[in-house]
Amino acid sequence: MIPEIGHYALILALCVALVQGILPIYGAAVGNSSLMSVAAPAARSLFFLVLIAFGCLAYAFAEKDFSVLYVAATSNSQLPLHYRLAAIWGAHEGSLLLWTFILTIWMFAVTLFSSHLPETMRSRILGVMGLVSVGFLLFMLSVSNPFERLIPAAAEGRDLNPLLQDPGMVLHPPMLYMGYVGFSVAFAFALAALLGGNLDAAWARWSRPWTTVAWCFLTVGIALGSWWAYYELGWGGWWFWDPVENASFMPWLAGTALIHSLAVTDKRGGFKVWTVLLAIMAFSLSLLGTFLVRSGVLTSVHAFATDPKRGMFILAFLAVVIGGSLVLYAWRAPRVGLGGGFATVSREGLLLANNVLLVTAAASVLLGTLYPLFMDALDLGKISVGPPYFDSVFAPLITPALFLMGIGPLAQWKKASLPDLGKRLRWAFGVSIVTALVLPIVLGEWTPLLSLGILLAVWIFATAVVSVRERIAHGDGGSVVARLAGVPRAYWGMLLAHCGIAVFVVGVTMVKGFETEKDVRMNVGETATIGDYTFRFDGVRDVMGPNYVAAQGAFHVSRDGREAAVLHPEKRRYTATNQIMTEAAIDTGLVRDLYVSLGEPLDDGAWSVRLYHKPFVDWIWGGCLIMALGGVLAVSDRRYRLSWRREPQTVPVGAQLAGRQMA
Amino acid sequence: MNKFLLPLTIFGIMLGFLAVGLTLNPREIPSPLVGKAAPVFSLPQLHEQDKVFSPDDMKGQVWLLNFWASWCSGCRTEHPVLMDLANSGLVPIYGVDYKDQRGEALAWLDEWGNPYPIVAVDAAGRVGIDYGVYGVPETYVIDKQGLIRYKQIGPLDDETVEKKILPLVKELQAK
Repeated sequence: MIPEIGHYALILALCVALVQGILPIYGAAVGNSSLMSVAAPAARSLFFLVLIAFGCLAYAFAEKDFSVLYVAATSNSQLPLHYRLAAIWGAHEGSLLLWTFILTIWMFAVTLFSSHLPETMRSRILGVMGLVSVGFLLFMLSVSNPFERLIPAAAEGRDLNPLLQDPGMVLHPPMLYMGYVGFSVAFAFALAALLGGNLDAAWARWSRPWTTVAWCFLTVGIALGSWWAYYELGWGGWWFWDPVENASFMPWLAGTALIHSLAVTDKRGGFKVWTVLLAIMAFSLSLLGTFLVRSGVLTSVHAFATDPKRGMFILAFLAVVIGGSLVLYAWRAPRVGLGGGFATVSREGLLLANNVLLVTAAASVLLGTLYPLFMDALDLGKISVGPPYFDSVFAPLITPALFLMGIGPLAQWKKASLPDLGKRLRWAFGVSIVTALVLPIVLGEWTPLLSLGILLAVWIFATAVVSVRERIAHGDGGSVVARLAGVPRAYWGMLLAHCGIAVFVVGVTMVKGFETEKDVRMNVGETATIGDYTFRFDGVRDVMGPNYVAAQGAFHVSRDGREAAVLHPEKRRYTATNQIMTEAAIDTGLVRDLYVSLGEPLDDGAWSVRLYHKPFVDWIWGGCLIMALGGVLAVSDRRYRLSWRREPQTVPVGAQLAGRQMA
Repeated sequence: MNKFLLPLTIFGIMLGFLAVGLTLNPREIPSPLVGKAAPVFSLPQLHEQDKVFSPDDMKGQVWLLNFWASWCSGCRTEHPVLMDLANSGLVPIYGVDYKDQRGEALAWLDEWGNPYPIVAVDAAGRVGIDYGVYGVPETYVIDKQGLIRYKQIGPLDDETVEKKILPLVKELQAK
């Protein structure tokens, strides 16, 4: 009964989504205010209907209802409750439901925080989001129904893929989807602006916080995924350029470019056409990511679902949504006109350069991801594109972008003077160069890449310091504290996000430069040494988990004779699927991780063991968190809070708009 | 060309490739072994442990070699197809029980039926390495001279059997 209610809620949701997608957009076109007023209530009811469906599926999982095919396929009676609930997004159908649910959450948020928008704009935005949700609801109801019954019911479920039975995996997909789907708001804003023909600074200002919030979620989502791969896959890597990782990274790159482009459109009225295109691109790449993962068009460890019917549906959906929006772009964008002019050396110029680099990087990732498919489609053979391609293409594109990142915030709008910038930045440059040359030698090894990484990281920190110092020197008000307090949060957010990048660069550089690993055969009582650390193997014992049995090893790690950590890596066998999983044990530290994973048991109690010493590896994810915090700080800026609180009644929409345009 | 049409054009081209890509099978990996002699092995049999099985025993016949395991869900999917094929008597299917436990393998065959005249046991997966097994199930068509003629990665289905395996087997048997 409960699953049928969920199914029925989805059918109703489809009807509501159709209404929401058609009436308000039509109403906005003909100026019918009663049709436009349908948008917000429709969006809210859509949210509640999908919430009901989501709750029904959650209930089926919680109650172990194995008469629901999806529940039987992705969970098991031995699976603990929190993983049963996480199993909702453990496979294809539920992932789609989560996607749709998150889309309606964003819609609901738009209805709450859009009272200051002109009614036509607001109804177009919600209309576009409604149309996107139509696609996903249709997809679920036609070929991916999560509520499909299994009659007769299975006695026992097949269990969730053990790889996914992990706290990181519980959080990773919702975060990632919040990011992916969050770009639908910026996308809807862009299409609404194209439809209405009002691509102005106000449009950019409204889009900015939405885009930034989505970007923060995506950043955290990708970081979680990378962290999960690091400790769960058992070989200590944190990024593999796997097609599915790339699928999440491309929207991130486009979204990062979008954030910067929106800043220019907001502050200077420039880059309008470019910003619209980036908004379309960011969401299109999110949809493409979904397609790549869900259609099985590329082989990958992630492609749980391989079904050509589904693939065709998503492809048609992509054609309609992306193709449609690009047609709209080709039709309306030529009339938008350009913003104010600017010199090559100016903040606009630097941001444009950064944008071009980011988009080129995204394009190169896209090319590398799809290249095997292209070759196969043209019958030129099967090839695979691996990390060497991505490393050698990506690094040269991102290096200048990181360098420009230091200069951008210090350059004036419209026209900056190169000699003046050189003067202001000379000590930052000097410090970076000297550190880059000396630090690696102090650390014991000098390589060009190590030096380059340190140069970029120090450069970003140093220019941030210069920027803060200048802010304080030129700020209004008396004391330094008062001047600091006067600096807007958006500025601090920007700075913090940039420093997050620097922290990330430190992590990557140090791990690549100094990590050590050892594959050894260890008997009980034997020791192995990597770096300054000595690992002693104290044997394995059997432990029982809720749905697995494991051999748990014990390793005592000491440094200079003092005990540093005790690590318990496991080799688990999940009983329902009989799958073997390696659970690495990690001792996390600010400047290093110690990482042990059990290989295979050998004769007489010995094991093959893999040991890693990874300096600064946690800075990689720490940097991502700092970036996301920077985004949060920027969104909490006063200017956005003011615009959200403003009641529409106090200032008529027309006057508000006119005032903004004059300003 | 109008620069505003450029994104649409690029997207159109990509869409075309994706559409073609959907019709292709990314799992279909050409095996370097096709056309080469089947690697030689000699493994104990599952049912009669004191006997061994070797591809040399099969010289002069066209036969299928199927890698499977009781823990593999794809093998369960494929199993009815193998049963039908075995019952048709068109071509013998020999099994290799790959990285499996003897008791579980026997129980599995008892429960679902045994399409194999002989099952060889590759507990350590060494023979699997020689054959380049990516994952079970995998099936090889081997001709009268002992050359591998076709490799199927993943479960066999009725369509593949009808359109690929059986025509190839008939052609090879006629030689």
